[in-house]
Amino acid sequence: MNINLIKVFNESHDLLLNGLKMTVQITLLSLIIALVLGIFICLMNISPYRILKVIAKFYIWLIRGTPMLVQAFYFYFAVPQLIQAITGAPFRIDIFTAGVITLSMNAGAYIAEIFRGSIEAVNVGQMEAARSLGLSYGKSMQKIILPQAIRICLPSLVNQFIITLKDSTILYAIGLPEIMNQAKVYVGRTMQSFATYTWVAIFFLVIVTVLSFISKMVERRLNA
Amino acid sequence: MADKREVKISVKGLKKSFGKLQVLKGIDTEIKAGEVICVIGPSGSGKSTFLRCLNRLEEATDGEILVDGESITAPKADVNKIRRHIGMVFQQFNLFPHYTAKENVMLAPVELKLKTKKEAEEKAIQLLNRVGLSDKADQKPRQLSGGQQQRVAIARALAMEPDIMLFDEPTSALDPEMVCEVLDVMRELAAEGMTMVVVTHEMGFAHDVADRVFFIDEGIIMEQGTPEEVMDNPKNERTQSFLSKVL
Repeated sequence: MNINLIKVFNESHDLLLNGLKMTVQITLLSLIIALVLGIFICLMNISPYRILKVIAKFYIWLIRGTPMLVQAFYFYFAVPQLIQAITGAPFRIDIFTAGVITLSMNAGAYIAEIFRGSIEAVNVGQMEAARSLGLSYGKSMQKIILPQAIRICLPSLVNQFIITLKDSTILYAIGLPEIMNQAKVYVGRTMQSFATYTWVAIFFLVIVTVLSFISKMVERRLNA
Repeated sequence: MADKREVKISVKGLKKSFGKLQVLKGIDTEIKAGEVICVIGPSGSGKSTFLRCLNRLEEATDGEILVDGESITAPKADVNKIRRHIGMVFQQFNLFPHYTAKENVMLAPVELKLKTKKEAEEKAIQLLNRVGLSDKADQKPRQLSGGQQQRVAIARALAMEPDIMLFDEPTSALDPEMVCEVLDVMRELAAEGMTMVVVTHEMGFAHDVADRVFFIDEGIIMEQGTPEEVMDNPKNERTQSFLSKVL
C-alpha cells in the first residue's frame, strides 16, 4: 500500500474538514457554556454558604472522578433510559446535545477549579487593602481581585480550552460526526490510515498552535 | 494638655482568639484625638492583631471598640463606613499592582463616589507630591522601590481623608536605606495632628514621635506611658527584658 499524503488530502479534505467543523463548533459552544458554569460553580465554592459549597464540591468531585468517555455514554445512553423509566414515555437525546452536555459539564468543573485557584492566588493583602479603604466585598472583588485573577488564570484557561478541544474526539465513541469519525469513515473506504490520521493530527496541531499564539499575545497585552 | 483632647478611640476588654489560641486577653485603653501611639513588643505578642481589630480586619471575640463614641464592634455597625475614615498602612504595602501610583490613590474616592474623577486626580497628585513622589504618578507599583511603594500606600490611605491612621509595621519590609523616607512622611503626619497608631520595631521613631508607647506582650498592654517612662525607665520586667534585646 502506497502512502501518499497529498493524494489523501485532496480526496479526504471535504470529509475531514466537515468533521473538523463539527469538532470546532461543539468545542466552542461547550466552552462558552463551561465558562458560565465554571463561574457559578466557583462562586458557589468560595461562597460562605455551606450548602452551596457542598454542591459545588460534589459536582467537581463527580466530574473529576469519572472518565469523560463514561460521562459521554452516561449522558447519551444512560440518562435517557433513566428518564424513560421514570416517565414511562420514550425518551431520546440528540447526539449533538449529549456531546455539548458532556463537554461543557466536564470543562465546567475544571474551569471552576481554575477560577478558584486564581482568585485564591491573589495575595490576601489585596483584599485587606481594598476593604480597609472602605470598599465593599463586591467592589473589592470587581476592581481589585478579579482583574488580577484573570491575568493569573489565563494560561490555565487556554490550556483547558486546548484539552477540551482535543477531548472532543472522545465523542467519536457515541457516534458524533466529528473529525475522528469522518477520518474513520474515510479510512474504512480507502485503508489509508497513516496519511489520514496524520492529517487529523496536523489539523489539531495547527489549531492548538494558533490558540497558544493568541493566548501569548493576550497575556503580553494584559501584563503591559 | 493631652487630657483635654477628646477621646477618639476607646477600647474596652478587647479579646481575640484564633480557634483555641487566645491572642488578645483583654485590652483596655483610650486614645485621644491627635495622639500618636507607638505599639512595641515581641513578635507574636498580639500587637498587629490589636491594630487590625481597630478597623475590623479582625473581628473581636469579646469586648468593645468605640470610635468617636460609636461602637464599631456592634453587629449592626456599617464596617465599610467605619473604614472610610480609618486609614491603614500594611507591612507589605499591598498596592494594587494593576493600577498606577496615581490610580491607586484615586481608586477609593472615585469608586465610593466621594469625588469626581477629576477632583480625585487633583487630590492624588497633591498627595503624591506631599509624599515626594509626584514624578512617579504614572508608574506601576513594580517599577517603584519599597520605600516609594510604601509612601504611595500612605497617600492612598490619606486620599480617603481619614482622621485616624493605622500603621502595621510600615518599615519592616524595607531595605534599611529606605526606612527614613517612610518615617519622615509619618513624622510630618504626626506633626500635623493626625491620630496615629503605629505598630513598629523602630525604637528611635517611637521614642521621638510617640505621645505614648504601649508595650504589648502575651495579649495585654503590659506597660504604657510616655516614651521616657516606658522606654527609658521601664518598670515592668518584661519591658526591661524586651528593650534590652532590641536597643
